[in-house]
Amino acid sequence: MALMDILIYPDDRLKQISAPVESFDDGLRAFVADLEETMRVGPGGVGIAAPQVGHFIRVAIVDVSAKKKIRHHGRLVLINPEIEQWEGMVMGREGCMSVPDYTGNVIRAERIQLRAQDEFGQWQAFDMEGYEARAVQHELDHLDGLLFLDRLVSKRHDLFSRKVYKK
Amino acid sequence: MTKDKINWYMLTLVGRDRPGIVAHVTSALYEGGCNLGETSMMRLGGNFTIMMMVQCDNSKTTLHEVMDGVAESLGLKLHVDPIKAKLHEHRQPDVRISVYGADRAGIVARVTETLAEAGLDILELESDVAGTEAAPIYIMNMEGHAAEGFEALESALDIVRREQGIEASISRIETMVG
Ligand SMILES: [Zn+2]
Repeated sequence: MALMDILIYPDDRLKQISAPVESFDDGLRAFVADLEETMRVGPGGVGIAAPQVGHFIRVAIVDVSAKKKIRHHGRLVLINPEIEQWEGMVMGREGCMSVPDYTGNVIRAERIQLRAQDEFGQWQAFDMEGYEARAVQHELDHLDGLLFLDRLVSKRHDLFSRKVYKK
Repeated sequence: MTKDKINWYMLTLVGRDRPGIVAHVTSALYEGGCNLGETSMMRLGGNFTIMMMVQCDNSKTTLHEVMDGVAESLGLKLHVDPIKAKLHEHRQPDVRISVYGADRAGIVARVTETLAEAGLDILELESDVAGTEAAPIYIMNMEGHAAEGFEALESALDIVRREQGIEASISRIETMVG
């Protein structure tokens, strides 16, 4: 296993669209292992997408299980992922390993239905919400050459936390 | 020029709002050989306010030479202070607080004082007066760091809610880095 270098914006390559994965071989699984190792030493450590290490294939890893008191699916290898349904909107704070020293507010779907293959090509379906759904949407954007900077919203237009209104 | 020799100034410009202020001010700085760091520019009550970190390898007098003319022609008051500053020193907020209610003297002071005692370190605050002239409402949004924990701020907000008869909500900012 080996750590890979993270591409840092303004590297143009982060803006390109990644290609679907076609062969689910040992080479792919070795790459996934390296990608995961790179994610785990990173500052956030909850998600990474292949284009962030200069591999322009539709592979992302998300694991938000270290976060307390949230619903999640543990370690997820997401290959050729597709979001099939979106529900609700919520603003939250995001940063990116490819954009050091900046965080901003981004509106994401609160709940998603996701379909993706694992590293053996097996299709799986997930219902996700909250922080995990946010992480997945952030990583999937990378596969389409989008950064959270493309989706920043002003703090004045506040969609924060309708939840806190319950007394 | 090495990085630690960069001279930073805080430039403040305030005046009646009119089209083109930002473009004129930033062009003058660019032509004068200055660079921008972090800035905040906003219209407040019909005035335009600019605060910006400007980096120059010139002396303060030269920055005045660069800016005096354009400030005067735009009707802006100019203020220049040399500052100790560095880029890439952002602090991340971990809590967001929103407050609103009927506008009354002293609300901001009372709310921020109570929150400060409970450990709130404000990183950003914006507030506005809306509603009508007869019945103005006050709206305030803050982001900050909860130095003594989230629960301490929740209790503090309970106090100001009861005392001031205002609406107040607090939420954690959980930054997702991916
Ligand atoms: Zn990212």
